[in-house]
Amino acid sequence: MTDDLERRLTDAGVSGAALDLAHLRGTLARRAADEGILDVAYGIYDSPLGPLTVMVTARGLVRLSYPGEQISAELDELAERVSPRILEAPERTDTVRRELDEYFAGDRRAFDVPIDWRLVGGFAGDVLRATAQIPFGSVSSYRDVAAEAGSPNAYRAAGNALGSNPVPIVVPCHRVLHVGGGLGGYTGGLDRKRFLLRLEGVLPAGAGA
Amino acid sequence: MHLPPFETLIDAHAPELHRFLVGCVGPTEAEDCLQETFMSALRAYPRLRHGDNLRAWLYTIARHKATDAVRRMTRRPTRELDGVDPIAPPEPEPLDEAIWGVVRSLPTKQRDALVHRFVLDLAYGEIGARMGTSEEAARQNVSAGLRRLRREVAR
Repeated sequence: MTDDLERRLTDAGVSGAALDLAHLRGTLARRAADEGILDVAYGIYDSPLGPLTVMVTARGLVRLSYPGEQISAELDELAERVSPRILEAPERTDTVRRELDEYFAGDRRAFDVPIDWRLVGGFAGDVLRATAQIPFGSVSSYRDVAAEAGSPNAYRAAGNALGSNPVPIVVPCHRVLHVGGGLGGYTGGLDRKRFLLRLEGVLPAGAGA
Repeated sequence: MHLPPFETLIDAHAPELHRFLVGCVGPTEAEDCLQETFMSALRAYPRLRHGDNLRAWLYTIARHKATDAVRRMTRRPTRELDGVDPIAPPEPEPLDEAIWGVVRSLPTKQRDALVHRFVLDLAYGEIGARMGTSEEAARQNVSAGLRRLRREVAR
């Protein structure tokens, strides 16, 4: 009797109903958004440059990251600096993903989605705001964006700010080159910088290194 | 330690909390309870002072949700008449319902202890840690629950 009872209890545990984790995550994200307690939503955007992670807040786009960057480390940083109420909710990133679609298809020259600047402050923020003003198809130099940000001689610091741009592509740090025309660096790697400059007609199509 | 992204809590703890809730309230109610557990947790999350022992925190919430659900179920014993189509096929109930029906009627501490012991297969020290009691108290809750269960089942 004792053994039988304990065995029935244990068997019940083993045969416990299966949990659909993806469904749970989806339902929670929807309910949280409806209640206004989803502070950071993210989704994947399948771009010609590989899968990008799009992270948005109520203020706008806060982070756009290239594949290979540590998503979990970035979500950790957002948890600390913005809010820990973070869930995967792809539909919340649809506006950004649609604008990116249009951009990569050549149908969009400027992004309308608002940017949440909370991850950048001080001089870096000034450099990135100046960079956001560089129009589609044109380029600037590290020295010029440093000057725009108020410190013409701080071009190295400007380079660092651009290298840690939390929203590449949308804040077009790929449009910043060396004074002599050298490509400089790029967070996503130089191949991606070349791809974007070709897309915008700055580099001739098919241009190599 | 700062608070990790809420999503990681779902991935890390939902399967185990779900099994705990299935043991407490049965598979049909468990899904609702699990959802409500995470919604309550998400509402309160930014107000937590630190990220220590988030699992114990989630268990406390889940236990409250299970207790509420049991209260609802006993208040409405004829819930199948409550807008559910009587012709619809019953949802699959993979658990040994006869015995778990009795487990659910036990005092909360005994019920939780039995679920931790037999559904989650935990050692007494761990059961005590999760329920906020000593290992000895956990052992007593399990054996008291078993004794009572045996009496009820034998009826």
